[in-house]
Amino acid sequence: MRTWKFGDNIDTDAIIPGRYLVHFDPPTLASHAFEGTRNEFAGEVSQGDIIIAGRNFGCGSSREHAPLALVGAGIRYVVAESFARIFYRNAVNVGLLPLVCPDAGSIPDREVCGVDLEAMLITCKGRSYTVEPVPGFMLRIVEAGGLIPYARNLEEVETCTGLQQ
Amino acid sequence: MGSTIVEKIFSSKCRHPVRAGEVVMAPVDGAMIHDITGPLAIRNFFEMGGTKVFDPEKVILLFDHQVPADSIDAAEHHVFMRKFARDQGIHNYDIHEGICHQVALEKGRAGPGEIIVGADSHTCMYGAAGAFATGIGSTDMGFVLKFGALYFRVPETIQIGVSGAFPWRVGPKDLILSIAKDIGADGATYQAMEFTGETFSSMPMNGRMTCCNMAIEMGAKAGIVPPDAITYEYMQGRGRSYTVSIGSDHDARYADKRRYDVTDLSPQVAVPHNVDLSVDVQNVAGTPVDQVFIGSCTNGRFEDLAEAAEVLGDKRFDASTRVIIIPASREEYLKSLQAGLIERFVKAGGLVEAPCCGPCMGGAFGLLAPGEVSLSTSNRNFRGRQGSAEASVYLCSPATAAASAVYGEITDPREV
Repeated sequence: MRTWKFGDNIDTDAIIPGRYLVHFDPPTLASHAFEGTRNEFAGEVSQGDIIIAGRNFGCGSSREHAPLALVGAGIRYVVAESFARIFYRNAVNVGLLPLVCPDAGSIPDREVCGVDLEAMLITCKGRSYTVEPVPGFMLRIVEAGGLIPYARNLEEVETCTGLQQ
Repeated sequence: MGSTIVEKIFSSKCRHPVRAGEVVMAPVDGAMIHDITGPLAIRNFFEMGGTKVFDPEKVILLFDHQVPADSIDAAEHHVFMRKFARDQGIHNYDIHEGICHQVALEKGRAGPGEIIVGADSHTCMYGAAGAFATGIGSTDMGFVLKFGALYFRVPETIQIGVSGAFPWRVGPKDLILSIAKDIGADGATYQAMEFTGETFSSMPMNGRMTCCNMAIEMGAKAGIVPPDAITYEYMQGRGRSYTVSIGSDHDARYADKRRYDVTDLSPQVAVPHNVDLSVDVQNVAGTPVDQVFIGSCTNGRFEDLAEAAEVLGDKRFDASTRVIIIPASREEYLKSLQAGLIERFVKAGGLVEAPCCGPCMGGAFGLLAPGEVSLSTSNRNFRGRQGSAEASVYLCSPATAAASAVYGEITDPREV
């Protein structure tokens, strides 16, 4: 559960370059994750590692290949000061949990950290960082294992009813 | 308290008042998939238990990122999507028509008051036609294909009010780059940007498309220009008639109101590696460029190519610079051809390619080697966007691109 720390405005071209978008199986995408911008990532990332980032993580292209590349690399949580909108939804939909942490900039790099979803805390070297609650309807999708299993059980959807946040 | 145009669109679809901040499952009027995000959307549609799409008439499918197929993998994706279109009775524009967003507008697939989703981030361009249009991922698209609806958080709106007339050889791309610099790459995250004011009400559709297209570069969920006579004139003869009159109330609640004046605006260039890093062209003039790309959904229309050709005049492109020109669609290509623009570009030493995304997607062709510099009329200059992560991409208007292509270095179009 080591952290990989990134800065602000990490775009989806950086997470997975355009030339690999002909693939969509997570392990293949993972082998090219951050290629060109953080070359050691694909080789050194371990199951359960956590991405820590600044503002606007996942900006740019709507390519779902980006969260899939992280899923393929064994990442379960991305903790950032803020997320770009499409990436945030894509991540939830593929079962990668994006966690907003205003203090993400203080979380150390390459450090062993734990994620406590009940307490909504990231803990590293005895210090804790609060993450913001995930909206209720998004949590239900994550708990279902992503939007595909969530939608598989639905025959139809009722439109224009408000969803609990 | 009145409503914004975006709140009105959602309220109209849901037949009850909907406010910014609410999350609603809203029906969509149209959905678009292309060759990069489409195969995954289709696979996910089936994995969700989908068998028939919600309404074949409301879905379009086409190929624009890797066309003609640039690899066996891409060719297989095209075959897979063609079969899906045939099986489902969906209209497939295949590789024939051009870039998805341009084609969607040309074919009347997005209009005033509609909610449109596309599996591509620049879907926000359809706001130029008065639609609420937003880019979504492949899994959300799989959901849309099955149910014809999607959950949306109705966004707050930032009103962008622009006044003044553009100076000579300064235009909408310069404006939107300067707005991006002011608002920042995440300054409009989860919000809609409503473009208003005298500059927009007199702006032709081409410029509205350029500005709405780049709303995503500030994190916005949608960009929208309230529909007016210019919108309805464009929509005429595009297969569907739109009569909806819709706009924000004077007392609508906005998250922010920003005011800009273009009277003294200089040509803008976004420097590596973020879209919000724009500077006046004078500050980077003289930077040598290896490749110039004039095209993309942002700036690949006839008016853009005409602007480039006007700056080019009867000069030739710099011999050591590769100049790639790609009309955004077949319709725009034909207009450019009939106006003699294509001949002028070819005679000047340019490479004119068939309508597609081209170098903008950094995967099909026109990639950059380490250390190379590209000047591009497209929408993103992220590190590695057009090839090597060690290359640099600058963004600008068609006029600045053409002037720079003549001299092989970033050049102020007002000095050519």
